[in-house]
Amino acid sequence: MDTMTTISQPDHATMPGVSTPAKSRDARRVRGLSDRAIAWLFVAPTIALLLAINIFPLIWMIRLSFTNLNLSMSYLPLRFVGLDNFRDILTDEDVWFRLQTTAQFVISSVVLQVVVGFGLALLINRQFRGHSFWTTIILLPMMLSPAVVGNFWTLLLQPQIGPFNYLISLFTGVPPSSFSMTGQVSLAPWTIVLVDTWMWAPYVMLICLAGLRSIPDYIYEAAEVDRASAWRQFWSITLPMTVPFLMLAVLFRAIENFKMFDMVNLLTSGGPGSTTELVSISLKRAAFEKWRTGYSSALAIILFVTVFGAANIYVKTLNKVKQR
Amino acid sequence: MRALGWLRSTAASAVVAVAALGALGGGQAAAQGKQLTLCWAAWDPANALVELGKDFTKQSGIEMKYEFVPWTSYADRFLNELNSHGKLCDLIIGDSQWIGGAAENKWYVKLNDFFDKEKISMDDFVPATVVGYSQWPKNTPNYWALPAMADAVGWTYRKDWFSRPEIQSAFKAKYGRDLAPPKTYDELKQIAEFFQGREIDGKKVYGAYIFTERGSEGITMGVTNVLYNYGFAYDNPKKPYQMQGIVNSADAAKGLEFYKELYKCCTAPGMTNAYMQEGLDAFKSGQVAMQMNWFAFFPGLYKDPNVGGDKIGFFVNPAGPKGHFTQLGGQGISVVATSDHKDDALAYIKWFAQPAVQQKWWQIGGYSALKAVVDAPDFPKSAAFAPQFLESMGIVKDFWAEPSYAQLLLDMQKRVHDYVVADKGTAQQALDLLVKDWTKVFKEQGKEVASQ
Repeated sequence: MDTMTTISQPDHATMPGVSTPAKSRDARRVRGLSDRAIAWLFVAPTIALLLAINIFPLIWMIRLSFTNLNLSMSYLPLRFVGLDNFRDILTDEDVWFRLQTTAQFVISSVVLQVVVGFGLALLINRQFRGHSFWTTIILLPMMLSPAVVGNFWTLLLQPQIGPFNYLISLFTGVPPSSFSMTGQVSLAPWTIVLVDTWMWAPYVMLICLAGLRSIPDYIYEAAEVDRASAWRQFWSITLPMTVPFLMLAVLFRAIENFKMFDMVNLLTSGGPGSTTELVSISLKRAAFEKWRTGYSSALAIILFVTVFGAANIYVKTLNKVKQR
Repeated sequence: MRALGWLRSTAASAVVAVAALGALGGGQAAAQGKQLTLCWAAWDPANALVELGKDFTKQSGIEMKYEFVPWTSYADRFLNELNSHGKLCDLIIGDSQWIGGAAENKWYVKLNDFFDKEKISMDDFVPATVVGYSQWPKNTPNYWALPAMADAVGWTYRKDWFSRPEIQSAFKAKYGRDLAPPKTYDELKQIAEFFQGREIDGKKVYGAYIFTERGSEGITMGVTNVLYNYGFAYDNPKKPYQMQGIVNSADAAKGLEFYKELYKCCTAPGMTNAYMQEGLDAFKSGQVAMQMNWFAFFPGLYKDPNVGGDKIGFFVNPAGPKGHFTQLGGQGISVVATSDHKDDALAYIKWFAQPAVQQKWWQIGGYSALKAVVDAPDFPKSAAFAPQFLESMGIVKDFWAEPSYAQLLLDMQKRVHDYVVADKGTAQQALDLLVKDWTKVFKEQGKEVASQ
């Protein structure tokens, strides 16, 4: 037997407490809050916070970049200098040298981290005894604060008491105190790359691991049926399917390393000389040691535009890869 | 009745006791809840100041709070605080080079009227400290600080090693003279070379420890000790800010070359970014024969159970071919203009300037700049390093104290470190570039810089 339930339209006008749409609109108007207004009310605190801590300082910084402001000489009159700060920066050989140093650091460390991170991900992706333990051990460095990493690597790399030099000495026969990883022009740039890789390769590993685990098993099973070798499976399945994840890791690490400051500052302070002075260290020195506020604001804007532009191009490329 | 009598006498005693306590603690009651924050660097003398400050609290009832920051971030931290008109510090023991900026930016309270009112005379203090720590503009009677901590670069050496017969005879055989604390930089280098790599008590030791730090002020505070004595000056005394041919004179370049030679030949490996603490560690661990460092650390070193006492000796920064000077360190104490407790802060300075307090300051590990203390007949015998300190304070020179000092300092850090540690270019090129950097800074500041 068919049971039919008849739902009758209630008579709003006759039901107590329920108003007609027209009446409801009137009531809202009376209270002065439309749906849109309520939505804005909820979003407003976030927008206000964003404006206060992100947008306002950015606009203020843009304004300062066109001035001669130097906070250690704030008694001098504030002068509008147009594009002078930008011209000074872009024609300064030292700044270009810092940018080159930064680019070398970013490229070397990201390449190494991707290679090591991907390798670790391939290993960790297999099931073996103590799998969880080793995963935790590998992830430990990225959980540490860069300040801690900088300090303990400084001790590890100390030429007389640091175990690192003794380890190198063990394999090469070179006397441990005859070289300084952070003090020699030829070694210091590689030292910061090494320490950064030690710390952040596990992060790349995590991203790659997510990529590897997202590959469906049936693809490998089909490859097995087709008698594809392990090498062939790697080149034809594993690598292509993890490329978007690798590119994401490259993006994250490149942006982070472009801004790298704390660890390098602790390890070498930009030395020896200016060998490892990354552009972020130059920026900090100009802003908070030399107090050249106008100049450093201009430098910060140039760096922001550079990173933003490069990241945008990269993301577009990433999207194209994903679409394929 | 007896009970009532007892009650009466007890009540009377209580009233008397309360009154007496009130009279005794009058100052404290008046100052109850008052507190002053004093900002300085975290180092040995700061501990002595905490000890000394207890007397001030006892006398005035004002509690002292301290904000001590490690040297490597001391300038960053406190200049940031002053720049942002913060209220963290009521009193600040600011570095000598800050005085120009602090005066021009009105970060410090000008103390002339206060000194006049309290009859504190700057003639009572060691002249170099008054010029170095208090005056801006230099050599004018405008005072922004009271000399608080006199200091200069000096040297320590391993007296026990120097006095060993086998070492003495080996040295004499090699150099044809007795092994003794060096009077010139050439002698210092010879001694450093002699000790470099030598085995003493089964341990390899090194010749000398010198400043090479890159980040803050280290290598500049080290290299100037040689540069001054080789003929370097900051500008032409007759034409202020004229640096061409003076900062980068051939003599100055020789001085810079000498510092690099000393660094290459005779320092321990890995000392590429080393300042005060690394020097103390190297000396205390028996690694070096001679150590460049600030006098402020010498009381602590003298007390060290392993290398102090009879084992340690002190000498003044050696002379060079063109003169005999040493780098001024030390600081003056100032009242921060944005403090809400300026009167209490001035009361602290008044108390600190008293001869008895200054005497105690010296006795417990601080370095007084008061003539009554350092010119006293028994002063040279009051500490093993007192004669050298006294001599050093007579030959000090200081870095620029201009408002733009931080830019000038960082430029010098970069140029000198590039040449000495990173082997970049020649000494002459480093100093030429330094003149270029400094000229730009002064021009930005609106100064007229004559090229010749």
